[in-house]
Amino acid sequence: MASSGLELLWVSLPQLARGAGQTLSISFLSIAISTVGGVLYGVLRTLNVTWLNAILRVYLELFRAIPVLVWLYLLFFGLPIFFGLSLPSFWCAVLVLSLWGASEVGEVARGALHSLPRGQREAGLSIGLNAAQLYGYVLLPQALKRMTPPTINVYTRIIKTSSLAVLIGVVDVIKVGQQIIERTYESVLIYGALFLFFFFICYPLSAASRVLERRWTQA
Amino acid sequence: MTFDYAFILSTLPAFLKAVGVTLQVGLIAIGTSLLVALLNATILVFRTPYLRKLVGLYVELARNTPLLIQLFFVYFALPAVGIQVSGFTAAIITMTFLGGAYLTEVLRAGVDAIPQAQLESGRSIGLSHGQLLRYVILPQAGILSLPSLFANFIFLLKETTVVSAVAVPEILYTTKSYIALYYKTYEMLAVLTLICVLLFLPLSLLLSRLERRLQHGQFGS
Repeated sequence: MASSGLELLWVSLPQLARGAGQTLSISFLSIAISTVGGVLYGVLRTLNVTWLNAILRVYLELFRAIPVLVWLYLLFFGLPIFFGLSLPSFWCAVLVLSLWGASEVGEVARGALHSLPRGQREAGLSIGLNAAQLYGYVLLPQALKRMTPPTINVYTRIIKTSSLAVLIGVVDVIKVGQQIIERTYESVLIYGALFLFFFFICYPLSAASRVLERRWTQA
Repeated sequence: MTFDYAFILSTLPAFLKAVGVTLQVGLIAIGTSLLVALLNATILVFRTPYLRKLVGLYVELARNTPLLIQLFFVYFALPAVGIQVSGFTAAIITMTFLGGAYLTEVLRAGVDAIPQAQLESGRSIGLSHGQLLRYVILPQAGILSLPSLFANFIFLLKETTVVSAVAVPEILYTTKSYIALYYKTYEMLAVLTLICVLLFLPLSLLLSRLERRLQHGQFGS
């Protein structure tokens, strides 16, 4: 049983790897876009422009209030009807995870920028830096360090949440696993393997986040 | 594209029921998760040998894997070893597994924030383990963890949408069934969005206020 199980995993490896590639591509693209979008959100929120803050608050609250899976269905079924735009499920997943991820990273970035001593901003302005210089040379370098540990946590959540893509029809690692189960009935083995697949990607990230957090708060 | 109000009206009873299921799954899972977390936190606080390692392992396993995989494992893989559960039971089991781990972390952080002198003085005036927990640790850790606890309650309530994948008739599953049966995609998506906004937005706004007030919120994981 054990040897035949391992054999099955070995034989299915190319197929599983293709699925894993889809899962990881969705995660990686979403993480990249979320990071850029999140930092931009943080900067825009701390500029203290009233109308801009209002828009960004609405965006944040919509992504906090409506669950990611609901967003997936809304865009997957809704985009074709409302905009006549039919997005492949892969890109639909990337879009939703990026928008959601950017709101999560964004709140982290806002918190980090907000936590810097006021004197930093005032000193920067008083020596005549413009907004771009103030953020580029003074505020962001400090804030980026502070936001790294919690942002890594958001990354693990994006990776975990990318699993939902299977529910709108992406042929990701879970779908491939299900196809193998349909053929072989090895559900314990395959779901066990999927469980470990996600664990071995997310655990090192969580651990790194914790180590950085501890090291940097002690310093 | 016309908006079929009569159809929406006819689905309202079903959606009311679905909201009930969402709340039922969410609230039961929050309750059981809290029990698991209290037990785990007690083990961690008193540094019970071996059990403490086990709790650590559980928390890492549950927090670093997707809810959907946990759910599919319980619902589709356990029958292969003779354990058959309904979608509803699978939902409660998995959400407790996940929620218990998150809430354990929250309580642990709360306990860690209590000055060590509190525990030492409690012991020095001869409090038993139970008394120490009841009168010294829980009241303080409870207050300290309140915003994070609340954030995780909302998180769990929103995660109930995932259990639609094993046919639990909550709001998302109900929406999907109606779309599949009647092709009223436009109307059903509008209803789903409205329900989410009515159900989760007030909670989320309340949380934002609570966090701003207490200025320490570690959201989600």
